[in-house]
Amino acid sequence: MRIEYCVGIDLGSTTTKAVVLGDGARVLGRGITNSRSNYDVACQVALGEALIHTRFSLIQERLRSKDAAATTQAFQRRFRAEQYRSQLEALDATAHRLAADAPKAVIGLLDALLGSMHEEIDALYSHDAQRKSDFFRDLAGSRWMELAGTLSRGTPGAFDRLAGVFDKAILEVENSTEAVGTFDQHARNALRSMPASGGDLARGVDAVLDLELVQVGSVGTGYGRQRLPFPEGRIRSEILCHGLGAHHMFPDTRTVLDIGGQDTKAIQVDAQGIVTSFQMNDRCAAGCGRYLGYIADEMNLGLHELGPLASTSTRKVKINSTCTVFAGAELRERLSLGEKREDILAGLHRAIILRAMSLLARSGGVDEEFTFTGGVARNQEAVSALRRLIAENYGERTINISPDSIYTGALGAALFAWRDASRSSTKVESQA
Amino acid sequence: MSMANPTTSKRPPAEARKDESQERQKRMIGEHFHELARAPQTGRKCAYTFVPGNLTELLRSFDVLPVLPEINALQSGMRGKSRDYIALAEKLGHSEDVCTYVKCDVGMLRSGNVGPTGERLPNPDLLLLSYTGCFTFLKWFEILAQEYDCPVVMLHVPYQGDGKITDAMRKYVVDQLRSKVIPAFEKITGRAYDEDLLKEHLARSARAEDDLVWVLESAKHKPSPIDAYFGGVYYIGPIFSAFRGTEAAIGYYKELRAEVEERLREGRGPVIPDGELEHEKYRVVVEGPPNWTSFREFWKMFTDEGAVVVASTYTKVGGVYDFGFRHDPSRPLETLAEYCMGCYTNLNFPSRVDMLSRYVREYSADGFLINSVKSCNSFSAGQLMILREVEKRTGRPGGFVESDLVDPRYFSASNIKNRLESYFQMIAQRRGSDAGPTAGPTAGMTAGGAR
Amino acid sequence: MKSAHGNSNVTELLARAQALHHDLRFENVRAWKERNGGLAVGYLPVYVPRELLWAMNVLPVGVVGGGDQVEIIRGDAYYQSYICHLPRSTIELGLNGALDVLDGVLFPATCDVIRNLSGMWMMQFPDKYVHYLDVPQDFDTGVGGAFYRHELLEIAGALEARGARPLTDAALRAAIAAYDANRREIEALYELRRREPWKVPTHELYLVLKAGLVLPVDEHTMMLEDYRRLVIRDDARRPLDQARMLITGSFCEQPPIGLIKTLERAGCYIVDDDLVAVHRWIRGDVASLAPGQPPLDALVEAFLRNGVPSAIRYIDQDKKGRDLVERVRASGAEGVVFCAASFCDPALLDQPMLVGALDAAGIPWTSFKYAENTGQFQVIREQAGTFADSIKLWSGA
Repeated sequence: MRIEYCVGIDLGSTTTKAVVLGDGARVLGRGITNSRSNYDVACQVALGEALIHTRFSLIQERLRSKDAAATTQAFQRRFRAEQYRSQLEALDATAHRLAADAPKAVIGLLDALLGSMHEEIDALYSHDAQRKSDFFRDLAGSRWMELAGTLSRGTPGAFDRLAGVFDKAILEVENSTEAVGTFDQHARNALRSMPASGGDLARGVDAVLDLELVQVGSVGTGYGRQRLPFPEGRIRSEILCHGLGAHHMFPDTRTVLDIGGQDTKAIQVDAQGIVTSFQMNDRCAAGCGRYLGYIADEMNLGLHELGPLASTSTRKVKINSTCTVFAGAELRERLSLGEKREDILAGLHRAIILRAMSLLARSGGVDEEFTFTGGVARNQEAVSALRRLIAENYGERTINISPDSIYTGALGAALFAWRDASRSSTKVESQA
Repeated sequence: MSMANPTTSKRPPAEARKDESQERQKRMIGEHFHELARAPQTGRKCAYTFVPGNLTELLRSFDVLPVLPEINALQSGMRGKSRDYIALAEKLGHSEDVCTYVKCDVGMLRSGNVGPTGERLPNPDLLLLSYTGCFTFLKWFEILAQEYDCPVVMLHVPYQGDGKITDAMRKYVVDQLRSKVIPAFEKITGRAYDEDLLKEHLARSARAEDDLVWVLESAKHKPSPIDAYFGGVYYIGPIFSAFRGTEAAIGYYKELRAEVEERLREGRGPVIPDGELEHEKYRVVVEGPPNWTSFREFWKMFTDEGAVVVASTYTKVGGVYDFGFRHDPSRPLETLAEYCMGCYTNLNFPSRVDMLSRYVREYSADGFLINSVKSCNSFSAGQLMILREVEKRTGRPGGFVESDLVDPRYFSASNIKNRLESYFQMIAQRRGSDAGPTAGPTAGMTAGGAR
Repeated sequence: MKSAHGNSNVTELLARAQALHHDLRFENVRAWKERNGGLAVGYLPVYVPRELLWAMNVLPVGVVGGGDQVEIIRGDAYYQSYICHLPRSTIELGLNGALDVLDGVLFPATCDVIRNLSGMWMMQFPDKYVHYLDVPQDFDTGVGGAFYRHELLEIAGALEARGARPLTDAALRAAIAAYDANRREIEALYELRRREPWKVPTHELYLVLKAGLVLPVDEHTMMLEDYRRLVIRDDARRPLDQARMLITGSFCEQPPIGLIKTLERAGCYIVDDDLVAVHRWIRGDVASLAPGQPPLDALVEAFLRNGVPSAIRYIDQDKKGRDLVERVRASGAEGVVFCAASFCDPALLDQPMLVGALDAAGIPWTSFKYAENTGQFQVIREQAGTFADSIKLWSGA
């Protein structure tokens, strides 16, 4: 049996996202990966992830038991463990090849390090384990460095050597689609490690493995890159994709604000999700997500910690500049003047949102309903500042924020792909 | 990419000839710079002055050669020299915030005053400060005045603040021409003012102006035979610089018009950097000067999308002729005054909004784009309001990009391309034709990872 | 003893000036209109002949943006990041209704940004009187003067059509006298500051000058008189070891008061400046300029002949920078601080020429930029402090 799908890929400045649509433009799967120097690989990996996710959704649909979701999740964990194992094996082989001329002692440490990592796989993917990231680079990298630190105590130079080996090896592994392995192989291994799950799951998995996923359309979008690795005629501007994606998630959307890492976009769409006007930030990145990144670095905080800290402020400091270049200096001066971190942060959040407000005004204001997307939409302090300013300047507005907002652009691209595909298939039929 | 760009193609060499007018224009400008370089030997006098509000006919009637610093700056920009010139001026204490034409000019001057053709420019015998539509002009020539030992004459051209030219304004300019400008030319040349000679020049101006307007208005046809912005800057070259009122200009515009007539008859699109635009997909009006340091790259961003600029305001900075104004030899000084006051940057905001809205409608444009340049407050301050007003009046979408005149640091190609692509795709989507052709179903994306 | 004017101590007087400075809804203008039934017309920097308005019972109201008081929400939607701050806060004030009390606004020919703002204002506020006041750059009575005269009469005609009192020679004479008195009083304060800068700290003077943007001229003159009388008597104001500075470049967008305080705390006495420049745009009395002629002629002559040299006024090549050097000498300044608003074309394009003149005269200088809402002064404090110290060392050597 074959299932036709369309894919949209959003090649962003920090992550690449893919969304897979099935019949009726139904979202089947989503995938995300770190963007890297090789855009082709980034797109392939994101699509690969989205197709894996697609198969899981299809499996879940086929399960009859009441706890289909839980079973699928357990299966997915096992699957991920197998996938991790496959990549770790590739890392093992690559690392040993790269370290071939290293002193015996270092090779011994490398053996020990990789041995530990292999042993830890099951624990890493156990039911109650917390993983900091879903990216192999992050997961394997942090553990590698910890182990390298512990193991190389007493062996001068060993840590640097081990760290260097990882940096080189990971580049090869994450840019290799072979290392990730195939869905079939991991699914069968995962199934074998879950004997108690019974026949229902096995039947579901088998049925999905028999499916042929056939791509009938694809559209790519992304941040102002000169060369996107997509065929010509299959690229849509991120503005259009964002507008359409937001419209699909919230059909009554008329205004969309996206604050991403490198840029901010204010978009107006009509009832069909067609963009009627848009504005982007000026050539400097002031007031974009990256600005918060600088601030977090400067304060030695995680990006996700900024919002919560800012929300404890009782007295907002007025910040006039959202210039990334001066962010550090301004911050240090404020701190030296005795201002509290949370008060400064609250001021910074408001300053960023004020920049966004001016883009919104340039694009034509804030209409009902309003959808907020991008990384900054996950920051509660930014959201509440935006909520207040919109209410003050445009009156009460419904503000939509989707947990999947990071996929808005990719979703829009997938919808374009789906439209193109259905149009060309009608054409083929009518010609026949 | 395997697929050829569907909207443009290179004609075979036999047909890809540069239009003869373009060669001619290049020759004319080259000869002018050569004449300037030889001025110290020939003893001809030179006056530095500006494009907006230039008094070329008056200069020519005194046999004075014009030097136009903005033209030198933009040429330096196109030839990749502006970066160093600007850096030098900033090193000399000029602020990074101010007009890069000025800094480019100061840098060029301090680097030996070698003009765009590689020949040295003569020192001015007179600085004719025609303060028309741009505050910076005033400072620019105050700066130059410190560099040269020559007289300066100020011609203050009042702004059309209320959107009209009043008798008092006209009188003010004519009074200055009579009491300041003409005596200054008489003094440096030793000649007496010859009004009959001036009238002859003015009559020739009007003839060339007729043909220029015809060429610019040819863009009302679909498809347009010209690009009225990127191509337009070549077309305005002779009349905005040294040639208004000359036989050479009449000849150039006659030839240009004949060429465009032929294009029109043959239904051909405009000449573009790599051939000819064959399929006109979008028609847009552009407000604001072009970027000169990446001129071709910027132009290509339009042609790659199949976009033609059908009207632009930049091609009106040296004179607005398409609403009926012509130099009138029967009122020589009055007509010069009206010409100066009518230049685009001397028009008030409501007039600029009217003009753009009119262009969008009369040239059947899909929308309009603003290239907002950092250097030029005269153009740029308030353009965001123009954007909204013209959108409101025409119902057509406006686009906004930012760059600079000759500072390459302010041209972010990926940023501008991103906006332009989004803008054109938005127009396509609004038309209901979506954007771009659809490739066959086999040319898909491949998945990596666990397939 | 409480004066007839009502200000018995400096603190109270400054509090009043400060309140006027902070009152961005122009309540005193509203009150004046209710009391006098006249119009109120705003003007952007730098110069308009306020005498003309005042003679027609029109209150001239200086509009210099929102300073550091206004949060910009809509104003940035009108301007790119490379335009100075003043027009965006001005439009913010216009859009949030703060300027509703004004019956019109005059936009003098200061620069292209203010010029363009005049047209934007026409479109945004079609019911208000809006005029671009194109002041001449030709200074001959028969040429630039005739044009300027015509401009002034046109303004008078338009205001009369909007209900202002018709312009009469008698009223114009009276208005000129009132402003001449005001100018004399301001000059006296500047003179006092030159002599005893510790008596007249510039952050106070600045507030008192700013009050003159919104007060009726007579009231402002009284405030100036009171201030001068009170500070002369104040023996607590003692000299400090500070370097004497002239600041220049702040004639349009006004620096935040924190910047002035920063300079003073960094060891500078400001002994001359071009702050709130409308007050000192004309040097000397106007009344005596065209004896036996109609007063309008005197007003025109004052602009042509007695206008201060400035970045926004065309200056012949051999005179460029000369005035600045003379002002340094006359004020006994030991150095010059170029203090211009970011993206201010007139000030920044002028600066290299003025620097040339100072260098030729051996006068030390330093420079920095601000925006009206700058909130951080650390860099300026360090820079000004170092500059002041180096001057003191140099003069002590």
